[in-house]
Amino acid sequence: MFKILAKRELNAQVTLMEIEAPLIAKKVRAGQFIIFRIDEFGERVPLTVADRDAEKGSITIIFQKVGRSTIMLGNLNEGDFILDVVGPLGVPTEIPEGAKRVAVIGGGVGCAIAYPQAKSLFNSGVEVDVIAGFRNKDIVILEDEMRAVSNNYYITTDDGSYGTKGFVTNKLQELIDAGNHYDAVIAIGPVPMMKFVCAVTKPYGIKTIVSLNPIMIDGTGMCGGCRVRVGGKIKYACVDGPDFDGHEVDFDELMKRNSAYRDIEQHDREHICRLTGGVVNA
Amino acid sequence: MPNMQAEKTPVREQEPKVRARNFEEVSSCYTDAEALNEAQRCLNCKNKPCVSGCPVGVRIPEFIEKIREGDIPAAYEIIKSTNGLPAVCGRVCPQESQCESKCVRGIKCEPVGIGRLERYCADYMADKAPKPEKPVSNGHKVAIVGSGPSGLSCASDLAKLGYEVTVFEAFHTAGGVLMYGIPEFRLPKATVQREVEGLRALGVEIKTDMVIGKILSVDELFESGYEAVFIGTGAGLPNFMGIDGESLVGVYSANEYLTRTNLMKAYLDDYDTPINREKRIAVVGGGNVAMDAARSALRLGADKVYIVYRRSADEMPARREEVCHAVEEGIEFRYLTNPVEILGDENGKVRALKCVKMELTEPDQSGRRGVKPIGGSEFELETDAVIMAIGTSPNPLIRSTTKGLETNRRGCFVVDENMLTTREGVYAGGDAVTGAATVILAMGAGKSAAKSIDEYIKSKNNR
Repeated sequence: MFKILAKRELNAQVTLMEIEAPLIAKKVRAGQFIIFRIDEFGERVPLTVADRDAEKGSITIIFQKVGRSTIMLGNLNEGDFILDVVGPLGVPTEIPEGAKRVAVIGGGVGCAIAYPQAKSLFNSGVEVDVIAGFRNKDIVILEDEMRAVSNNYYITTDDGSYGTKGFVTNKLQELIDAGNHYDAVIAIGPVPMMKFVCAVTKPYGIKTIVSLNPIMIDGTGMCGGCRVRVGGKIKYACVDGPDFDGHEVDFDELMKRNSAYRDIEQHDREHICRLTGGVVNA
Repeated sequence: MPNMQAEKTPVREQEPKVRARNFEEVSSCYTDAEALNEAQRCLNCKNKPCVSGCPVGVRIPEFIEKIREGDIPAAYEIIKSTNGLPAVCGRVCPQESQCESKCVRGIKCEPVGIGRLERYCADYMADKAPKPEKPVSNGHKVAIVGSGPSGLSCASDLAKLGYEVTVFEAFHTAGGVLMYGIPEFRLPKATVQREVEGLRALGVEIKTDMVIGKILSVDELFESGYEAVFIGTGAGLPNFMGIDGESLVGVYSANEYLTRTNLMKAYLDDYDTPINREKRIAVVGGGNVAMDAARSALRLGADKVYIVYRRSADEMPARREEVCHAVEEGIEFRYLTNPVEILGDENGKVRALKCVKMELTEPDQSGRRGVKPIGGSEFELETDAVIMAIGTSPNPLIRSTTKGLETNRRGCFVVDENMLTTREGVYAGGDAVTGAATVILAMGAGKSAAKSIDEYIKSKNNR
């Protein structure tokens, strides 16, 4: 059993939780993930670890309430327990050796995973530019946290209600055009966003690392559900990733595979809506 | 006089049409009368050929004799003294190629139903056997990685010798392949958990959600006071064929399909794990895992399930009973058929499996017949899903994080005759050493390792 030490709503859809997990807190590095199972009936759901406090023995997860399990997790409160938390899983992010300046790009809730990347780079003396993109002002998350671990922080919104109007890719292109040189780009967010960031960086040959979150069950290489095509070869995101060279990833195939349970999930959301008295959950 | 009835005493089974739509156990346990009748078929041979066919050396004629005497607790104790998991083995062992293959009765007619009798004893004693007591501790700690058949049997033997045993399991439930792989209708999960509870009563500590190689390395286990480590991590990585179309939606490894169904209980409404209930499903492979996946697919509501196997029925490695059950339940076997490509529709979902017909070649030096494709025989098998059940490989999580542990080119740990790896104090057994094999072989390996670990720790402390 894993105790929820703190809970904070970052916006209407996104929740932050600090969970007591001393062993994981000691071991986990930026880029790694955990799998949680809320109770006996729950799914196993992977979430990238957003932060850790080894002394306190806690890890932080940030999640968007989109599916049955994340909605149920969001309903738990400080002092409640989660049945299972297993990790750290996956390989920590590897930044190209000698990188002096890195652009870290987060899209929506992807900022939760981009944050530990920016933090670990910034703390190791790398110059960090963060580009954070959101649909609108209401769902902006982690602005203060990101500012604290970056040299430059740029925010974009699709509708222009906050920061610069446009997408993260527009801002990245603009920065590159203005003569900014990046040794690497880390892009974390919705699959289409990562795909388009890679399209921007490819002509310049900027190493671009993406963090993938495909369907998986065990997280140890056993089910093969998380297989993605990288450089023409099949890789398992759980043990070979979740980070990959974005210029090698077959994003279109990944998007199709991620839709495998969409019909069931849709049905689930409607079901939960009925259970919760017609409250729209997603 | 022994009962000279030619056939095994039949066991009652659910009707094929009925059971193909539920997950309840297919076969019933013998009644007392049935068990007695079957026990009387045993000739109680002096040289006990059956025992030589058992990887853990169960004293078969002795336990059968106790059944004949009506002393089931004694029969159970005899089995239990060399086999930690009788309820499991009675159900899933390939008896036809082990103990029963050596049975003298099998020369002229059917062998004694040793597996069925073993299960009878275990089930009979399920709620009667006294809880084992925790032996007095000898103060030495042993870590076991993986709670599948090899880990459980190693833990059981060491605990009985007084060792403080901790089993580390990556999943949230102990049991390994017995929980995630073998379906409920063949091995009820409550039966597995009863065996695990027995281990706990012996004082074995089971830590779930612990991926060794990630949360703790083998070296850290030694640092924290364990004097020996047994690695029984199985062969968990699914193989794919490497043909086009394997990334389409609707292509699963048998591991994924079975784990969703068995461990995560996706077939029950109360559980959240989703599973797609495709109507037509092709399972590729001819082993027990292929049979389990195909029969699960049927129970999840498929109308048409195919087994696609590149060799003929004679070469099929699956346990005979599973094949018979699958045939009875209406699974269609496409022998001498090999997939060459999986075809998808415009949404990236499986539409058909493109196959080629195969023919057998002359036996090679080892006597096994190979197969070769028949030119121009390609055809499309219409299907909504494809499940790959063509074998598994060992997981690299431990070998990649532990120095000095040698593996062979298939990624299996190299061990000597005492199950010792290339590192002092580290032993391994089961599928992690052999590649995908059977529950009973893994249990045998766990037992051998327990014996070696006991000798190792004793000699180390006497030095």
